[in-house]
Amino acid sequence: MRVRMELQTIDTRGQITSQRLLIAGAAFIGVLMVLSLLWGLFVSGSIQFSRLGTLVWDGLMRGLVIGLAGIGLSMTYSILNFANFGHGDYITSGAFVGWGVTYLIAGLGTAELGELLLVGASGNVYGPQLGIGITQTPVAVILGLIVASLATIAVALIVDRLVFKSMRDEEGISLLIASVGVAFALRYLIAFVYTQSNRGTTNASLVPDWSVPLVDGTLAVDAHDLTLLVASVGLMLGVHVLMQRTKLGKAMRAMADNEDLALVTGIPTESVVRWTWIIGGGLTGAAGYLLVLWRGTLTFNFGWLLLLLIFAAVILGGIGSIYGAILGGLVIGLTMTLSQIWIPTDFARAAAFGIMILILLVRPEGLFAGRSTA
Amino acid sequence: MTESNTLGDLWEYDVTKILATFLAIYAGYVVMGLISGLPTRGIVATLVQLTLLIALYAMLTLALNLQWGYTGLFNIGIVGFMAVGAYTMLMVSKPPVDPSSAAAASQIGGLGLPVIVGILAGVIAAALLGFVVALPALRLRADYLAITTIAMSEIVRFIFLSSSFQEFSVFGNKIGTGGGRGLIVNFEEPISRIFFDTGAYEGLVTAVNEAMGVQGTMAPVVDTAVISVVLLVVVAGYFWLFKRTGESPFGRVLKAIREDEDVARALGKNTNRFKIKSFMLGCALMGLAGAFYAMYFLGAVNPTAFKPQFTFFVWVALIIGGSGSNTGSVIGSAIFVGVLFQGPLYMKNVVEALFTVASAPPSFAHALSGIGPFIAYMFENISHFRIIALGIVLIVLMKRRPDGIMGHRKETAASIPLIKLSGYGRDAAADGGDAE
Repeated sequence: MRVRMELQTIDTRGQITSQRLLIAGAAFIGVLMVLSLLWGLFVSGSIQFSRLGTLVWDGLMRGLVIGLAGIGLSMTYSILNFANFGHGDYITSGAFVGWGVTYLIAGLGTAELGELLLVGASGNVYGPQLGIGITQTPVAVILGLIVASLATIAVALIVDRLVFKSMRDEEGISLLIASVGVAFALRYLIAFVYTQSNRGTTNASLVPDWSVPLVDGTLAVDAHDLTLLVASVGLMLGVHVLMQRTKLGKAMRAMADNEDLALVTGIPTESVVRWTWIIGGGLTGAAGYLLVLWRGTLTFNFGWLLLLLIFAAVILGGIGSIYGAILGGLVIGLTMTLSQIWIPTDFARAAAFGIMILILLVRPEGLFAGRSTA
Repeated sequence: MTESNTLGDLWEYDVTKILATFLAIYAGYVVMGLISGLPTRGIVATLVQLTLLIALYAMLTLALNLQWGYTGLFNIGIVGFMAVGAYTMLMVSKPPVDPSSAAAASQIGGLGLPVIVGILAGVIAAALLGFVVALPALRLRADYLAITTIAMSEIVRFIFLSSSFQEFSVFGNKIGTGGGRGLIVNFEEPISRIFFDTGAYEGLVTAVNEAMGVQGTMAPVVDTAVISVVLLVVVAGYFWLFKRTGESPFGRVLKAIREDEDVARALGKNTNRFKIKSFMLGCALMGLAGAFYAMYFLGAVNPTAFKPQFTFFVWVALIIGGSGSNTGSVIGSAIFVGVLFQGPLYMKNVVEALFTVASAPPSFAHALSGIGPFIAYMFENISHFRIIALGIVLIVLMKRRPDGIMGHRKETAASIPLIKLSGYGRDAAADGGDAE
């Protein structure tokens, strides 16, 4: 398969020329953009340093969430060889269960148990009224985060058992189509249980924030930004250690590289698959929970809307590489916010997808190519 | 050619299978309608609406079948091509707004060209977008092509949603996408112009009114019926085109690419060129379907009508029918629309007409208090439930029957029958022919 891909990339001389042209064109536009940014910052003053700082910070936050959720997608993509379109709805299911627990702990005794667990489905309970936040209700938030991870792991394992397990030997495309079915079923099951309403979850006015001075203004940082930063970086470091230092990490890398060879070597592939879902699912659930905490809103389809951005990150970084997924996430997050300097905000997502398509054309193997799950 | 009109022989014709599917679905709807005591006019109106929707899905599924079933190109950006077809058609054909008039502030006009020109422009625009996507993306693996196409369809939607292109000037005319508000179809579409404005049509409506013996005019229902018949003719056109394509030397190369691209290339075929042509043709016809969708379904085009979910509905229809088969595509569309998509909603009406359903509990937590409240809650949320069912059907199909209803058949790649028609079926085996 890999040989064939390479054959196709170096198909004809014409294609290589067109690829070089594309790279040259992209580089030219990139240089123009940087020049216009520098002009705006130092000469005309149309762009403030503080605004740039805010955009970078915002992009970093989004990037961390996308990268964290991307690790799981990237791992299953390389080990099971299919693009899982259900991944976005894994994020949503975990977030809803986790936030149900957060509501329950924060609002115990103030409302019906069912209402709290359903994250205020019938509109009687509101997160902001419960005063949810990392500083006000730390236990509720931390327990919610853990439960969100566990719930996502449970969903991933159940779906794998019911749907994907018997399809291990099928082609990636069949699994992809089946995963679309999983996405539909999960998303509307969530809508069925939790309703389609969009709810606010945190009380932004109670969250402590600080103004960091920055050249010509300030950068606003609040406690939820820091929670997101600390939790996601911590989890990423944990995965790094796991992959590099443990036997499981080595087995996973071996399997991503060549499944048959791994099986022959005596690696229990089914159990590696299970651990892949567990690790990937846990990180994904945490990412979803943290995004809701950071953004302060929760809807039944937010994971689905995030999915394409996560795909973009994973492809950008190179499928199978966890560092690639993290880097890809940061590139996508920063692209979404920094693109606002040059183009209207409406095109933030379009810019992220544009970057992904560009990378697919110029370097289809991704930025971290050839370093599978390492 | 012997004349033996037994049912078994008749069944060998694909047209029979398609008609049988349609009739079975219609019969189901009529029986359910009669049980629930719906008025005749209501039942007829339902059937007509159903036909219209089936025709739209059949067009899209057939076009997708050319790309995926014939050539193996995984396109999940269908709505993007539809949106381009619809918007281009509207921007070209909407009547211009006089800048000095009072309406100029609130309305967005078009170039005011004939609708036919608009539709043609829409089709060409969709094909060109297909070219732009295909040119580089066809080198990619199937799953990368999938993600590129869906990303493209979202980029298209963001462009139409953006306020940046809400209004701009072309040849001194103020035209645009309308941003989030969208565009209204404020011109007479071709079917009305050809049929509805004639005296004969008035007579038809009067005749139908009298024949049905119902209160009120049947005009809206007859209008929709005429439109759905015209769309079915378009579907037949698609079918014929793809059948011819599939049997042509061009189609043979497409199928060879699907089976093994390296072999096709080794035989000296420029597979990329074939893939681009096939992709563009499919996209053009999706653009045409998009233009029809705008005129006969939406009335006012809006970016929210072109969300990726729609694309996957078309995929479900194709997979039910079986990719690779045109007959399967039409049957799959009919089953998808009739049973999975509209069926549960119609069932809800029927059950509500027959039984008094208790009012639904306010939330899922209350629904768990007993079997009665749970059923009431499920009933209230039947529209969620049908999509859950749809997802499960997709999963089960991929696990148990990835070839769908018709996809297992091998379609002969020759334009002439390789066996005598009389020997088709059971006799063929006796002749020792390898018909299947």
